[in-house]
Amino acid sequence: MTIEQELANVTPEKLTVEHVSKWFRTRRATVHALDDVSLTVREGEFVCLVGPSGCGKSTLLNIIAGLESPDAGRVLADGKPVTGPGRERMVMFQESALFPWLDVLDNVMFGLKLKPQLKNQERREVAEFYLKLVGLEKFATANIHELSGGMKQRVALARALAPNPRVLLMDEPFAALDAMTREQLYGDIQQIWAKRRKTIIFVTHNVREAACLGDRVVLFSPNPGRIQEQFTVDLPRPRDINSVELAKHSTEIMRALKRHLRPEISEVAE
Amino acid sequence: MKRGLVVCGFAVLMIASWEIVCRLKIWSPVLLPNPLAVGEYLAQAIRDGTLWQATLVTTKRLLIGYFLSILFGVPLGLLTARFKFAEDTLGVLALGLQTLPSVCWIPLALLWYGQTEGAMLFVVIMGSLWSILIATDNGVRTVPPIYARAASTMGSKNFHTWIKVILPASLPFIVSGMKQGWGFAWRSLMAAEIYVTILTGFGLGHLLHYGRELNAMDQVIGVMLVIITIGLLADKILFSPWEKFLHRRWGTARN
Repeated sequence: MTIEQELANVTPEKLTVEHVSKWFRTRRATVHALDDVSLTVREGEFVCLVGPSGCGKSTLLNIIAGLESPDAGRVLADGKPVTGPGRERMVMFQESALFPWLDVLDNVMFGLKLKPQLKNQERREVAEFYLKLVGLEKFATANIHELSGGMKQRVALARALAPNPRVLLMDEPFAALDAMTREQLYGDIQQIWAKRRKTIIFVTHNVREAACLGDRVVLFSPNPGRIQEQFTVDLPRPRDINSVELAKHSTEIMRALKRHLRPEISEVAE
Repeated sequence: MKRGLVVCGFAVLMIASWEIVCRLKIWSPVLLPNPLAVGEYLAQAIRDGTLWQATLVTTKRLLIGYFLSILFGVPLGLLTARFKFAEDTLGVLALGLQTLPSVCWIPLALLWYGQTEGAMLFVVIMGSLWSILIATDNGVRTVPPIYARAASTMGSKNFHTWIKVILPASLPFIVSGMKQGWGFAWRSLMAAEIYVTILTGFGLGHLLHYGRELNAMDQVIGVMLVIITIGLLADKILFSPWEKFLHRRWGTARN
């Protein structure tokens, strides 16, 4: 063993994507959604997957979540192959996917009720803790339809955090929100990430958003879905999406993106 | 409070215009008795117990048949929505039988069960089961798939997903299907009671039928009023609380 190996302080690999390929067969055509994609995510890392629509980034997220299975290759979570969805890797969707027949607190408690080792009182306390974390403790008994879009995504975040997963998979969770609400949520998600030390994979088509949130930005290109380039963003946190340094990073990523896909530029927002 | 007054006021207005029409003597009192005569019939029928007895017999048949329909209809609807095989067999059968007017079941029920309670129950069940089944099936199919996906990431599987996600998510459809099923059950039972004499119990339909036989228009109208009242009460007691809850939760209320 060399001295370098002895002194290295390597964070363990949380997720490993090994040579994953995926095709979608529809009646009209076969779409090559992912082509030999490999990716490693370390424990506690915040990784953003960016690319235009149809580049397979959401598909990869679903495969990591275990909601879809790859046609080739495999995904390892903590060294074990992913075979289906699990509480260790919670997903947050673009639409909040909250259950309208439950109130806010019961929505957050849904995942906790599936944890057999907890008592009901404890479940309630845990749910209240996470509602407080997202700043909605006053809305515990509200109905879902009474919440604004931003509040719904906060509840969805609390629901995803409640079973205490190590990995959070977010599929364009802020895409449908207005700019003001989104900026607030950028702050919140960074804060929660720092407080709870989760591993986060965040899918977006917004380059600036990716640069603002990610330790690392992974650039995808479509037809077939491939990883083109990876960027490390080493700005101090919490980051302001409007800062000049951030703009430099996002411009760099944007340029790379345009290089890789001339025809699809229009679909990507800076 | 205000709405209650409106309802009462409207009822008074209806009865008053009925009385006026009677006083105009356009039709013979044999064909159109005045409200007082109908009221007298009802009072007398309540006093001697026939009305109470008939209502009891009818609602018992209705409730048993209806709850059996729900008991089978909802799970079978879940089944046809979940399994292609059930959809192609049971689903098609349900669709076919639902188009059959429930009166058409009466001859068959009589031949199979004779003039018994069994025949009555059979007709009620055939009248409501299929529409409840189809409404449930329909409701399940309109549940956004994202709910089940979200639930599965939280560790929900097969049976749990069905009971805790799919079923509550399709509740608005199921409740409206149950309401429709109630209407069908009520209609088929009335048809059955008017059509056949059942030796084991004398229901509202029979009262109506004998009113016609005896040319007693006060009885006919009186019993019809009772039937309407039961229908209204059932709606208010059985379905209104559910519908209010659903509107509040889903945010579909008008005000």
